[in-house]
Amino acid sequence: MTIEARFRFARGGFTFDAELTVPARGVTAIFGPSGCGKTTLLRAVAGLEHAPDGYLRVGDEAWQDRQRFVPCHRRPLGYVFQEVGLFAHLTVRHNLEYGLKRVAADTRRVAFDEAVALLRVAPLLDRRPAGLSGGERQRVAIARALLTSPRLLLMDEPLAALDQASKGEILPFLDRLHEELEIPVLYVSHAPDEVARLADHLVLMHDGRVAASGPIADMMTRVDLPLAHGNDAEAVIEATVVDHDDRYHLTYLTFPGGRFTVNRKDLPVGRRVRLRVAARDVSLSLGYHSTGTSILNIFPARVEEIADANPSQVTVRLTAGGVPMLSRITRKSAAALGLSPGVEVYAQVKSVALLA
Amino acid sequence: MLTEADLTALALTFRLAGLTTVILLFLGTPLAWWLANTRCRCKTWVEAAVALPLVLPPTVLGFYLLILLGPHGPIGGAMQALGGQPLAFTFAGLVVGSVCYSLPFVVQPLRDAFAAIGPRPMEVAATLRAAPLDRFFTVAVPLARPGFLTAAVLGFAHTVGEFGVVLMIGGNIPGETQVLSIAIYDHVERLDYGHAHWLAGGLLALSFFLLLAVYTVNRRFRGMQP
Repeated sequence: MTIEARFRFARGGFTFDAELTVPARGVTAIFGPSGCGKTTLLRAVAGLEHAPDGYLRVGDEAWQDRQRFVPCHRRPLGYVFQEVGLFAHLTVRHNLEYGLKRVAADTRRVAFDEAVALLRVAPLLDRRPAGLSGGERQRVAIARALLTSPRLLLMDEPLAALDQASKGEILPFLDRLHEELEIPVLYVSHAPDEVARLADHLVLMHDGRVAASGPIADMMTRVDLPLAHGNDAEAVIEATVVDHDDRYHLTYLTFPGGRFTVNRKDLPVGRRVRLRVAARDVSLSLGYHSTGTSILNIFPARVEEIADANPSQVTVRLTAGGVPMLSRITRKSAAALGLSPGVEVYAQVKSVALLA
Repeated sequence: MLTEADLTALALTFRLAGLTTVILLFLGTPLAWWLANTRCRCKTWVEAAVALPLVLPPTVLGFYLLILLGPHGPIGGAMQALGGQPLAFTFAGLVVGSVCYSLPFVVQPLRDAFAAIGPRPMEVAATLRAAPLDRFFTVAVPLARPGFLTAAVLGFAHTVGEFGVVLMIGGNIPGETQVLSIAIYDHVERLDYGHAHWLAGGLLALSFFLLLAVYTVNRRFRGMQP
């Protein structure tokens, strides 16, 4: 099942010409600088923007093609806006029921109590939006969108208007959404850390066009894309908790390239988690030195590609057990090690961030 | 205090103002919504035409209405041809005149209230499966409530204070077209200042308290907004 979209229109000097096919499951992040057309793409998918001659198919349903344009209110989608848009004249409960009431009972798949519990909005039900904090409003808005039992959830920078504390409050809910409901999500963002945490698939936009699109692990490590060249370039690695070490207070996780050792986390064995490994925290050596180093996470890897990051540094794309990773080293070191595609190396990972 | 004729004029005035307000809310709401949302170039023309009664001397408006509604005018003539009466010098004629005269006082607050809502709440409602009319009545109208209150009160109060238009198209027929402002004029002409005081003072107090009520309620409503 996929989502296929093609929208092309010009408006006041801005040309929008986006074509994409993304899986109709998991979270697809639409990422790019502000003004690149991310929101326009989302609005076109929702039917709020009418792109003549556009094409949109979600799963086996055509929402727009040559013959038809399904109006927004007949598309089974949920939309979470950046500035929330709760109805000021209704209580939280009536806000939540607004969409629910308008969905035929036999097509409801998310119950009122379920959404209320998932987003912990029960204490807010009788209050009005004016009395809620930014984070609370956003939770209500997400619950309200879920209650229409959408077959596609559109989220337009749902965290952008929130302060750091409220972001921390919402992110766990987005993780749970991801785990507990099987609703595909198109998630617009310009924050790399949100994308690394939430996305399974990434669409990179630039100047009203789709620059590239693919699975998150590949996209983050493609040296032909700008993501791999920033100071914060990183790889996203899926790993499984396998053991805890009580003596040294550590947790072990495996991935196809080997075993990660991280500071102890209270996670059950068998749990799938996402790790972020920054390119600047990965150094390379030609031989394996398990003694004489404090670094615990060392993996055999193969150099796939080398690209200049800046005049003094290069970005090296590696694979360890088929899993892509990035390393940022000086050009001088790359020359001294004789790195070139195909060379076998050891990747020494100085630090790992675990996204529970 | 008030004479029999004064009370008749009072009742007539309120009947006229009430009916005019109701008609204006029905006509003015779609017009105001259109003005607030259209991108049509004719919008400025329509806006200017709607605002015309604000600046036009009521006698001018009354004069043209008299011509239109009278037995030789296109509307009055047509009414007569259809077996009806021409509208000039009737209560129905006053209603038509008042609707024209008070139009901007209803349309402008509504247009501003609709414009202040902006497109976003309606888009949100659309993503929550509300069809256009459904979202108009469940989102736009409740959010524009202060605008409706202002529009209704201004439309009512302004019609109560109408003089020039009534004089031109209604004349001064007690029980049919003699409204309060004209009754006051009659009293003053006859140097009957006592009765004029009662009516004028009453009108002054009524107008003030209506406006006070509107501003108080709207202020509370604004406190509710996020």
